[in-house]
Amino acid sequence: MISMAEISRTAVRALRRNKTRSMLTALGIIIGVAAVIAAFAVGQGANKSIDEQIASFGSNFIMVFPDRSASSASGTVKYLTYDDALAIEREVSGIEAVAPMINTSAQLVYGNTNWSTSVTGSTPSYSLVQDREVDYGRNINASDVRQGAKIAVIGKTIADKMFFGEDPVGKSIRIKKVPFTIIGVLKAKGQNTMGQDQDDLVLVPLTAAQRRLVRWNTPGRISTIYIKGVSMNALQYIQNETEALMRERHKIRAGEPDDFSVRNISQMLEARRKTTAIMSMLLGSIAVISLVVGGIGIMNIMLVSVTERTREIGIRMAVGAKSRDIRFQFLIEAVVLSMVGGTTGIILGVFAGHALASLTSAPPIFSAGSIILAFVFSVLVGVGFGYYPAWKASLLDPIDALKYE
Amino acid sequence: MALVELRDIRKSFSMGKEEVEILHGISISVEKSEFVAMMGPSGSGKSTTMNILGCLDKPTSGTYILNGQNINDLEGDDLAVIRNRTIGFVFQGFNLLQKTSAIENVELPLLYAGMPKKERRERAKEALIQMGLEDRLYHEPTQLSGGQQQRVAIARGIVNRAPILMADEPTGNLDSKTSDEIMKLFKKINEEDGTTILLVTHEPDVAAYAKRIVHFKDGMITSDEINREVKVS
Repeated sequence: MISMAEISRTAVRALRRNKTRSMLTALGIIIGVAAVIAAFAVGQGANKSIDEQIASFGSNFIMVFPDRSASSASGTVKYLTYDDALAIEREVSGIEAVAPMINTSAQLVYGNTNWSTSVTGSTPSYSLVQDREVDYGRNINASDVRQGAKIAVIGKTIADKMFFGEDPVGKSIRIKKVPFTIIGVLKAKGQNTMGQDQDDLVLVPLTAAQRRLVRWNTPGRISTIYIKGVSMNALQYIQNETEALMRERHKIRAGEPDDFSVRNISQMLEARRKTTAIMSMLLGSIAVISLVVGGIGIMNIMLVSVTERTREIGIRMAVGAKSRDIRFQFLIEAVVLSMVGGTTGIILGVFAGHALASLTSAPPIFSAGSIILAFVFSVLVGVGFGYYPAWKASLLDPIDALKYE
Repeated sequence: MALVELRDIRKSFSMGKEEVEILHGISISVEKSEFVAMMGPSGSGKSTTMNILGCLDKPTSGTYILNGQNINDLEGDDLAVIRNRTIGFVFQGFNLLQKTSAIENVELPLLYAGMPKKERRERAKEALIQMGLEDRLYHEPTQLSGGQQQRVAIARGIVNRAPILMADEPTGNLDSKTSDEIMKLFKKINEEDGTTILLVTHEPDVAAYAKRIVHFKDGMITSDEINREVKVS
């Protein structure tokens, strides 16, 4: 009785004799497995990044911003105002804090150092909503906002890039050529999961931004309103109430579209998670299809190989190979092809995953489960598609096989 | 008891709708250590008889007893075992595995007999040395001359120490000088190892090495006699 190890050795030797063809045959599996591995890893990476975003934003968090597409349709442009923010805070229950915000980008000058960054004008609620505390100095307070004081709190990055270790507190900095006095530096938060530096920002009182930095014509105009609910459960209620209140304040009649939009962060992230899931399912099914196509490639080549090697099969049978021995030899050839393809595919998939992920900025996650699954699947493809040619080979008649030219 | 015994063997093939009988009752018995040449023109049925004797083909009717065993009852894999243990083959076209070294070719029957690798190597080497190929062990068929290839094939035929060696036109692809060398090897194997040799040929010069010559014509045996003048060299 010939051992499996011997048959395997014979199979590997046969594959070695036809290296180019073997590699080309395995290519289908290589691409399939690489695609499976990469798709899973990128999908899981994206999911994890979304989870982290939920965790870092705090999920009980609602944003209100103007919807320009709606306002342009009605002809008049409606902005959010500071009064809108106050009304929400006053009339909607379940709210912990409301932060009206003006967002603009500006050039900073200190001495002969220039820095371009984003400037946010807001109220003391900002630090509650966004969870930002000062590292040293002090934060913006209510009286700063009332007075429109020309003071600023800066992020760690700006402290590093413009002050080079000098203590920035008390220094005067020019924002859009207007001098502001720095009163504090925020605690570092690092990069968010999108790769943005969260410490590259300047906070000023809302009123100072209104008067000195944006100079909008509409009185009390602001960019966005951030609302923090008391709990996750309150969010839907807050969202509905805010929408109703805003429609009333902006005098939108029934049937007319909103000129603002209220977004629940966790809803947005959930939507993105769904998109990601659909994407990875799509990639996954393409990968499965290519694995199956790879399997058909193996079957095709194995059938050609059986025909080509008919005489070899005849010789083996004449000297005593049983049909089982022939069947196993060709089956193992197919399995070895798909296993080599699977292993190469896994390695390639890891590279492909990293390359793909560098486009989405979410690092890929390679789980042992997906790697084992891809490998097992490729072996199954080998067995599945290798069986028919192997079975055909084992049915050959030794005399016909020996006569085959 | 005879080593090989065919009794009234008939073989027919279907050609379209018709059944064509090409062996019309072949009976022959061969004792251990005989050297039998089966002669006849092409289409005489000698090769078909050889295939049946070699357990590569099954007769349509008749009885075949090999080494005391009735072959009629056996199927595919059992026949493979018989071929492996009892019969060695040498073919006209050498039938060596391409891109495979001489020694690996010779090992093949031992591989399917399930012999461990080390022992296999040793036995294969021995057989190749016996065929005078000690300096060609690792050459592939394309690197060998026709005569050398046939000697590798003979080594493969005897490596399993099977009691019977069957050769179907073993000199058909060789020139007369090489043919003589090959036939001397057969003679030597027959005389020194006591291996029974069944040889199919249509060349009288080749058949002359056998101790017994059987003539075939139109699917029947026409004569079966002892060769009084066995060729010596």
